[in-house]
Amino acid sequence: MPPVLELRGVTKAFPGVLANDHIDLTLEEGEIHALLGENGAGKTTLMNILYGLYKPDEGQIFVRGEKVDIHSPSDAIGRGVGMVHQHFMLIPVMTVTENVMLGIETIRNGVFLDLATVAKRIREISEQHGLEVDPDAYIKDLPVGAQQRVEIIKVLYRQADVLILDEPTAVLTPQEVEGLFKVLRSLIAKGKSIIFITHKLKEVMALADRITVLRGGKVVGTVTPQEASQEKLAAMMVGRQVNLVVQKKLAKPKGVALEVKDLYVRDERKNLVVQGASFDVHIGEVLGIAGVQGNGQTELVYALTGLLPAVSGTVSLLGKPVRHASPRKILERGVAHIPEDRQKHGLVLSFPVHDNLVLCSYYLPPNAHGIALQENTIISTATKLVDQFDVRTPSVYVQASTLSGGNQQKVIVAREFSRPIKLLIASQPTRGLDVGSIEYIHNRIVEKRDEGTAVLLVSPELDEIIALSDRIAVMYKGQIVDIVPAGGVNRKYLGLLMAGVKSAEALETTPRTTEEAEVERVF
Amino acid sequence: MKSKDVKKKAATKPADKEEPTSKGKRGFWSQAGQTLLIPALSVVTGLVFGAIIIIITDAHVLAAYKNFFSAPGLALLAPFEAVFNAYGALFTGSFGSPVALVKAIQTYAATGDNASLLKAIYPFTESLVSATPYIFSGLAVALGFRCGLFNIGAEGQFFIGALCSAYVGYAFKMPWYFHLPLALLAGALGGAIWGAIPGYLKAVTGAHEVVNTIMMNWIAFRLSDWLLTGPMMAAGFRPVTPVIQDTAFLPRIFSDPLRFNAGFFLALAVAALVYWFLFKTTLGFEIRAVGMNPDAARYAGMSIVRNFVLVMTLSGALAGLAGASQVLGVDHWVGQGFSAGYGFDSIALALLGKSHPVGVVLAALLFGFLRGGATRMQSMAGIPIDIISVIQGFVIIFVAAPAIIRAIYRLRVARVEETVLTRGWGK
Amino acid sequence: MTTEIIQQSRKSSFVRARLVPGLILIAIGLVILFLFGVDTEAGQQATFGMNAMRSQALPIPDLTLPVQPAIYVLILVTVFLGAWQLARGIRSTGLLIGMVAFCFVVAFLIWATRDKSFNLVGMLSSSLVRATPIALAALCGVISERAAVVNIAIEGIMLIAAETAVMAGTLSHSLYVGLLVAILTGALIAAIHAVLVIKYKVDQIVSGVAINIFGIGITSFISSRFLERNGDLLNNSGTFPVIPVPLLSKIPILGPILFENNLIVYLMILLVIVLHILLFYTPWGLRTRAVGEHPKAADTLGINVFLMRYVNVIIGGMIAGLGGAYFTLGSVGRFDEIMTAGKGFIGLAAMIFGKWNPIGAFTSSLIFGFADSLQVKMQILKVPIPSQILGMAPYLVTMIVLAGLVGRAIPPAADGQPYEK
Repeated sequence: MPPVLELRGVTKAFPGVLANDHIDLTLEEGEIHALLGENGAGKTTLMNILYGLYKPDEGQIFVRGEKVDIHSPSDAIGRGVGMVHQHFMLIPVMTVTENVMLGIETIRNGVFLDLATVAKRIREISEQHGLEVDPDAYIKDLPVGAQQRVEIIKVLYRQADVLILDEPTAVLTPQEVEGLFKVLRSLIAKGKSIIFITHKLKEVMALADRITVLRGGKVVGTVTPQEASQEKLAAMMVGRQVNLVVQKKLAKPKGVALEVKDLYVRDERKNLVVQGASFDVHIGEVLGIAGVQGNGQTELVYALTGLLPAVSGTVSLLGKPVRHASPRKILERGVAHIPEDRQKHGLVLSFPVHDNLVLCSYYLPPNAHGIALQENTIISTATKLVDQFDVRTPSVYVQASTLSGGNQQKVIVAREFSRPIKLLIASQPTRGLDVGSIEYIHNRIVEKRDEGTAVLLVSPELDEIIALSDRIAVMYKGQIVDIVPAGGVNRKYLGLLMAGVKSAEALETTPRTTEEAEVERVF
Repeated sequence: MKSKDVKKKAATKPADKEEPTSKGKRGFWSQAGQTLLIPALSVVTGLVFGAIIIIITDAHVLAAYKNFFSAPGLALLAPFEAVFNAYGALFTGSFGSPVALVKAIQTYAATGDNASLLKAIYPFTESLVSATPYIFSGLAVALGFRCGLFNIGAEGQFFIGALCSAYVGYAFKMPWYFHLPLALLAGALGGAIWGAIPGYLKAVTGAHEVVNTIMMNWIAFRLSDWLLTGPMMAAGFRPVTPVIQDTAFLPRIFSDPLRFNAGFFLALAVAALVYWFLFKTTLGFEIRAVGMNPDAARYAGMSIVRNFVLVMTLSGALAGLAGASQVLGVDHWVGQGFSAGYGFDSIALALLGKSHPVGVVLAALLFGFLRGGATRMQSMAGIPIDIISVIQGFVIIFVAAPAIIRAIYRLRVARVEETVLTRGWGK
Repeated sequence: MTTEIIQQSRKSSFVRARLVPGLILIAIGLVILFLFGVDTEAGQQATFGMNAMRSQALPIPDLTLPVQPAIYVLILVTVFLGAWQLARGIRSTGLLIGMVAFCFVVAFLIWATRDKSFNLVGMLSSSLVRATPIALAALCGVISERAAVVNIAIEGIMLIAAETAVMAGTLSHSLYVGLLVAILTGALIAAIHAVLVIKYKVDQIVSGVAINIFGIGITSFISSRFLERNGDLLNNSGTFPVIPVPLLSKIPILGPILFENNLIVYLMILLVIVLHILLFYTPWGLRTRAVGEHPKAADTLGINVFLMRYVNVIIGGMIAGLGGAYFTLGSVGRFDEIMTAGKGFIGLAAMIFGKWNPIGAFTSSLIFGFADSLQVKMQILKVPIPSQILGMAPYLVTMIVLAGLVGRAIPPAADGQPYEK
């Protein structure tokens, strides 16, 4: 029996990077095949080729032994290949039914959309595969887990035999991940085949039948979970022996740096997304806020940095109230902020590197005397910083857009760390970065903590939170549900809280800490 | 693609792109050359397209082609004749006739009589006179672009500025060292208010400045209609203001009928000031940051609202100065249709000059020469002055879509990050 | 605790949402009193003609209102609405603004008509007619922007189409040929905009402005070069005649307004309905909206984003071409320079006011048409405000509408952004 899918010698280059280098991959019928690699290894590019979004420079694709040319998503769909993207391809202002039928609309009376028939079919699929969803709901009203179910239904509606899932667990709580795995296993039982892209070692070991590791655009090897271990896989992904533990001393917190009490914040659509959050961050400690994205963390950070007005509550920085301060005043009081979206919020990409490095301090002496900028001072400061923070750039004069993701993040870190800061707020500081940069940023954060800065870390990556934090707070639906010491914390407990189970309830079934104090690095 | 081609493509480093203002790297002149190339070619191509339109609408050419088979030579020559007449008139209108100039110099050398010399340089100075308000209004629009704001209201701001400075000019009697600055200030202030209103609306409600500034234009036209036929009307029948006092004049450099005045130098000084403001001050830094990435600017503590209002106000002030310079330096009174064309022209200017003060001055000079010549083109060759708008439309498109010029002339220029000009509606 | 805070925060915004508008309404009532009420005398009457001239409708008697009582009633209504708002709060702000604006305008009309007579039906009829080019411009905007392409060039397209329509119409002695030429011209110019914006990724507003500049230039150029000297040969097309709809035109009031118009007005009304159905009930409409909200999602489902945008912009151009034809073939029968007078931009404001949907755009265009009509009638009624100041009315209304609305009016999510694959 020929394999369901085979890729031979697939190659794709973009200016400056060889994303896929003669990749061979086979997918057997009825298997879950994991595609593992760190950020930038070429996994998504490969799947985009398979799905018809990119054209390969070289290479062939075979479906059940037959050579095919896939020029567009329609071709891929026609061949029974469906893709659930990492960033959902759903239209928020339309309903589930409209999103599912888009592109292959059913028509009645020759002209009009037939929503009823499609809704009926959606309910059928929903029941058949255990994917609970309301066809008439608007996407913008659905929680993230439900939106993912809609994406899967979209693919099944088009009668896909092969499902490609790109980093599907990034937005799920540990319990939801279990639920997803159950659905995937049941799909396999019904005869589908699945390719599963991820960078998370644990999931791969739990779910996959076979694992292909990509590194730098090349296939490093294909193994089964039985043959491999997490350490072996990590080494394959990164190309060297990896130390899976963050080296850090115990924290010595002294005094409260940031005190947040009963904070209420509305988002841009006027929904109350932070509902009475209360927590403290001490000088010299890292407080990590864990939680699935969309539970108010983003708006919490905006309120703390002055970008969104809080409705009520108090925020004090070293005793002084700060809730009504403008973003500039907050920065001046010694708050540094690494934003979640570095290109949107962190940098002006078309400004040269030196201007980006003074984006927060351009108006202060010695960078300016009155309103006149002191260019020479700015340039020399910038040169020093680039050296100090190991930013790989041809010069400080080039546009920030020419830097790689990791180096762009280093510019932001350099900028923030070069000011006297009392509180560092880091939102998803290592999103989309390669291992080397992740290592670097983590070390810098721990360094700052040891120097006496208070650090508030917000990240949906539970592993990162556990690795770096001294205490962990879980945020669910705009409230801080519980705060636990990080040493020896039990992931299951955190997972339950992240899913909305109340602390008291969760404690009935799971202990807060585990016996082994194993701390794992993020991959 | 072959394997080695693929490897080659991957080998091009993305760091090959660099900002044109990088100091000392990659050679200043080759940088300047590259930045100038596309706008220069755009102008040339625009003129070519304009020529085509002139040809196909020329009565003589059409007549000649009717008789193509009887007199083919004439028919083939006719287009060239038409263009030659038209652009020839354009040239002498802009620069003056070189022949006349030489003769005039000879006369002056011989007899010391400068009358014919003055006459010979008249077209050239007239072009500079035409360029002066363009410099101001081009700077106005360019400043807006730098902050991501599209100020189409330059025409209305021009008119209001002209009226305000005219009012101060004719209604008060003071010594010139008070009167002239006050009149200029009044013009700037009038324009500033006219710009601040849409700026404020944009900052606070998010209403797009494109529609609002256009509406302010039409309101300005109606307002000026009323003022010129009512409260500000001079004695008599024509809808014009009284002539301003001579203590409010911008001094003329030469004697009549040359209208070249100090306004030109004022414009250059203001351009230098705008350059310093944009690139060497903290305020300018903020404005450019907000224009490039308002989200990051907010994160870094900058106030978007304040910058929007500031920029629209300054932009309006510059456009108001354009009007003021025209009144105080050239016409000395204001009539209907005073601001005609300046609004859209300044957009073309700012685009052509890449929103940089130096570029704007160069583009303004170009437009000044075109306008100067266009009047003559209309009187001598009978080409309606509107052809200039047509050419401008083409030029804007070519500058905004450099890919077209590159395609026509088969250029391969390294791509540089273009200024993001605008976003959609609302915030 | 949570509920308390929520209630508290609701209360403070509640107060703001109710108190301020309520007070504003009462203030408006007082304004009506002082502006219009005090200027009247007892016994004055305002006569509103209910029959259009030369109409087939069944005649009905004119409406005569006693001025003072009528104005006082309106003041009472406004104040009452204000009090209701304070006490109970009215849900829909739109409705509230609408009702108050209505009272204000009616009071103004009554005041202006004291001791005179004023053909109300005639004015409403001319409102619809004047709204036609605005509505067509707005519809063009809707189709284009629903697919996420901003089209500022509507003004330029209408202007060029107006000129080609009249020239073609005069040369061919057929208004229908002129109309066809206008539509094709609109399609052509819009296609240029589409190519620039989709293929060359020119900034959409820059392209629009460039086309506007070009449009003004070329139409004035041709007008000076050819039309002025050859008026009869090129610039005298005549206009579409008024075609009364049999039977329906006999209905009093509605008949003359809706059913006694020329072809272009009827086409406009038809287009509003057809576009609304197409946009919201057909696959084409669904895909268009998808392309405008989330083009990447549409792309991954096999929809050709670029093709949809081209098609939409060109269809929009045809509608704008029809709008252009209105100015010449539908109105005065000849071309004058810059005769569109900003209607293209007012159409864009109507589109935003109408929340990017055809019926909404139509109703907002009616409002603008009404403002336009009103300022003309005011001049006839010799209202003591200079005509030029009255002439500012449509533009002021546009600005006020935008200021109040844009923050809340949400355009298609991808509006204005070029699509990169």
